[in-house]
Amino acid sequence: MKTMSFAKGLLQALLLLPLTAFASGATVHLDRAPVNIQNKESLQRGAAVFVNYCLSCHSANAMRYSRMTDIGLTEPQIKDNLLFAAEKPGETMKIAMRSKEAKAWFGATPPDLSVITRSRGADWVYTYLRGFYRDDSRPTGWNNTVFDKVGMPHVMHDLQGQMVPVYKTVTDHEGKSHQVIERLELAQPGKLTLAEYDALVGDLVNYMSWMGEPAKAKRLYLGVGVMLFLFVFFIVAFYLKREFWKDVH
Amino acid sequence: MDKLLAWVDARFPLTATYKAHLSEYFAPKNFNFWYFFGSLALLVLVIQIVSGIFLTMHYKPDADLAFASVEYIMRDVPWGWLIRYIHSTGASAFFIVVYLHMFRGLIYGSYRHPRELIWIFGVLIFLVLMGEAFFGYLLPWGQMSYWGAQVIVNLFATVPFIGEDLSILIRGDFVVSDATLNRFFAFHVIAFPLVLLGLVVVHLVALHEVGSNNPDGVEIKQNKDPVTHQPVDGIPFHPYYTVKDILGVVVFLMVFSAIVFFAPEMGGYFLEANNFIPADPLKTPEHIAPVWYFTPYYAVLRAVPPIFGSQFPGVAAMGVAVMIFFALPWLDKAKVKSIRYRGATYKWFLAAFVVAFIGLGYLGILPATPLYTWISRILSVVYFAFFLLMPWYTDSSRPGKANAKWFLIALVVSAIGVVLNAAQAKPLPYLTEILFFIHVACFVLMPFYLKGDQTKPEPQRVTFK
Repeated sequence: MKTMSFAKGLLQALLLLPLTAFASGATVHLDRAPVNIQNKESLQRGAAVFVNYCLSCHSANAMRYSRMTDIGLTEPQIKDNLLFAAEKPGETMKIAMRSKEAKAWFGATPPDLSVITRSRGADWVYTYLRGFYRDDSRPTGWNNTVFDKVGMPHVMHDLQGQMVPVYKTVTDHEGKSHQVIERLELAQPGKLTLAEYDALVGDLVNYMSWMGEPAKAKRLYLGVGVMLFLFVFFIVAFYLKREFWKDVH
Repeated sequence: MDKLLAWVDARFPLTATYKAHLSEYFAPKNFNFWYFFGSLALLVLVIQIVSGIFLTMHYKPDADLAFASVEYIMRDVPWGWLIRYIHSTGASAFFIVVYLHMFRGLIYGSYRHPRELIWIFGVLIFLVLMGEAFFGYLLPWGQMSYWGAQVIVNLFATVPFIGEDLSILIRGDFVVSDATLNRFFAFHVIAFPLVLLGLVVVHLVALHEVGSNNPDGVEIKQNKDPVTHQPVDGIPFHPYYTVKDILGVVVFLMVFSAIVFFAPEMGGYFLEANNFIPADPLKTPEHIAPVWYFTPYYAVLRAVPPIFGSQFPGVAAMGVAVMIFFALPWLDKAKVKSIRYRGATYKWFLAAFVVAFIGLGYLGILPATPLYTWISRILSVVYFAFFLLMPWYTDSSRPGKANAKWFLIALVVSAIGVVLNAAQAKPLPYLTEILFFIHVACFVLMPFYLKGDQTKPEPQRVTFK
C-alpha cells in the first residue's frame, strides 16, 4: 500500500500550501499590520480615525454603527462621537457622495471598505496607508509605493507630513538600469512623529480588519468549545464502536 | 407501540424497509478507512441542504443586492456567519469526500461486475455535483464568481456550430448578468439538488441490490451460512456500521469544524480573496483561477493547444477527462478487483495517475507559463494513459517484449527532458516537441511491448484482523 500513503502525503502537502506563495502581480514588500482584534482600545481609536478620515469618500455599507458596541463602546458614545454621516446608530456607514461624481473627481469610485481587508489583506492596507509620497506629475500631487498612480490623495498628510522618495539605481538581468524607490523620507513634518503615525495607521487597520468580519472573535471563541465537545464525543464514539464490535471475528 | 407499528406495516413497508436496508442488510466485515467516505458524502449532502435552506431565506438573487445580502448574512442575520461558513466549507468538503470515495472505488475495483450501474450512477452524481458547485459559486456575486462563470460559460461557446447560441442560452444574456444570476440560483437551489437526491437514491438502491464490495474484492454473497442463509463474512449494517460510521462522522466533524471556526478561507482555497470584491463586468481580474476542485480539469483544458484557432479541442479533452470514468468498468480486464491482489504494473499506473491528478490540480491554480503548460501536457497524457491503456496493462495474459525496459526508460527520460528543456530561459527549438512526441509514442506503443499485470489469486474469504 505504498502508493496510497504517498498519495495521502501529497494531498496533505497540497492542502497546506499557502496560496500567497504563487499570487500573481507585482511583488511589493508589505509590512506586517499589527492586527489584534482583542485590543479594544486600539479598535476604538481606529474607529475614530476611520469615521474622521475615511468615511467621507469611502463607505462601509455593510457595517452598522451600532455593531461598535462589540468593541466596548456604548450607543450614546457612538451617537455623540462617531455619528457624522448618519442619524441613528442602527444605520450602516453610508456616505452622501455619489459614485458617478466621485469617479469624475478621482478617476475611479472610491471602493466600499466593509471587507477591504479580506480582499486586499490587512498588510497591504497597512503598507498602502504609509506609502504616500509627493509626486507633482500626479493630478492630486500624491503617488503611492504600493499602488502606483493611485487616484486617492494622501488624506492624512496633515498627520504624517510629506514624504519624498529616495531612489536607488538597479541593473536588471538585461543590463539596463532603472530608478526604483528605495525608501521614503520625511521632507516636511506633520502633527505626528512617524512612529506615532505608524501606530495610528496600525489602529486604523486593526479596526478595518475587525470590521471585515465582526463575528470573528465569537467564531474563534465558539470554535474552541465545539472542538472540546467533539473531542469528548470522539472518546464516547470510540468506546461505543469497540463495545459493539467485540463479537466480530 | 407494537400495535402502531403493525398498523403502519399494513399500509407501508416500514419494518421491511428497515430490515432490508439497515438491520438485515449485510455488509462485509472488513471495511477499512476508505469506506467511511460514502456515509460522509451523505452527511455533507445533508449539511449542504440544511445550511442552504437557511441561506436561501436571507440571500437575494439580484445583481444589485446579491453581494450585499451575503455580507448581511455574515453580520446581521443571527448565526448567519456560521451558516455561510458551513455552506462554503461544505462545498469543498463535498469534493474532498467524493474524490476520496471515488479513489476507494478505483483501488478496490468497486466499479467491476456486478457493480457497473452503481459506478455509473456515482459518476452521474459527480457530474451533477460539479454543475451544482459551479452554479452556487456565482451566487455571492464577487469578482471570482463573476469571471469564473464568464470563463466557464465561454467554454460552451467553443462548441462548433451551436456554441454561440448555447452560451447565450446558458447565460440568458450576452454577458453574465442579472438574468444569469437568477437562472443559476434556480438551478442551484432546486433543479440540481432534486436530480442529485434522485441519483443518490438510485446509487444506494443499486448498492443494496448487489451488496457492497470490500478491500479484498471478495463477493460475500457467494459464501452463505447453510443454516441462516446469511453471508458468513457479512455483518448487519445496523448496528455495526452505524456505530462505526458515527466514529467517522466525529473525526470528519473535527476537521470540518477546525476549518469552519479557525480557517474558513482555508488560505484562499475555499474562499478566494478576490471574491470579497463585488462583481465588476468592466474590470477583469489579473488571474482567474477556478476553485481548487475544478483545477485538475482546468489544467487539462489549458494543456491542449488551440487547433485551427479553435479552443474546442481543449474543451473536448476536459469533457473526456471527466466522462472517461463512465467507461472504467469495461476498461479493466484484470481477474481480481482489489489492489491487494494486483501486481506492480497496475500499482505504477495508479501511482502515476494520482500524481497526474494532484499535479494537474496544482497547475490549474497557477498562471499558464510555457513550462507549466508543458508539465500539464505530460501529466494529461499520464491521466489519459491510465484509462485508455487499461485494457492492455490489466490483461495478465499479455506476454510483453523483452526490450520493454528500453521503452519505459525512454518514456521517463523524454518526460524529464521535456520539463528540463521547457524550464530553460531559451529552450532549444523543437527539442521539447520532439521529446514530447517520443513520450506520447512510448505510451501509444505500450500494448505492443508491455507485459500485462501479474495478479495474485484472490482469497475465498475476506481477510480480517
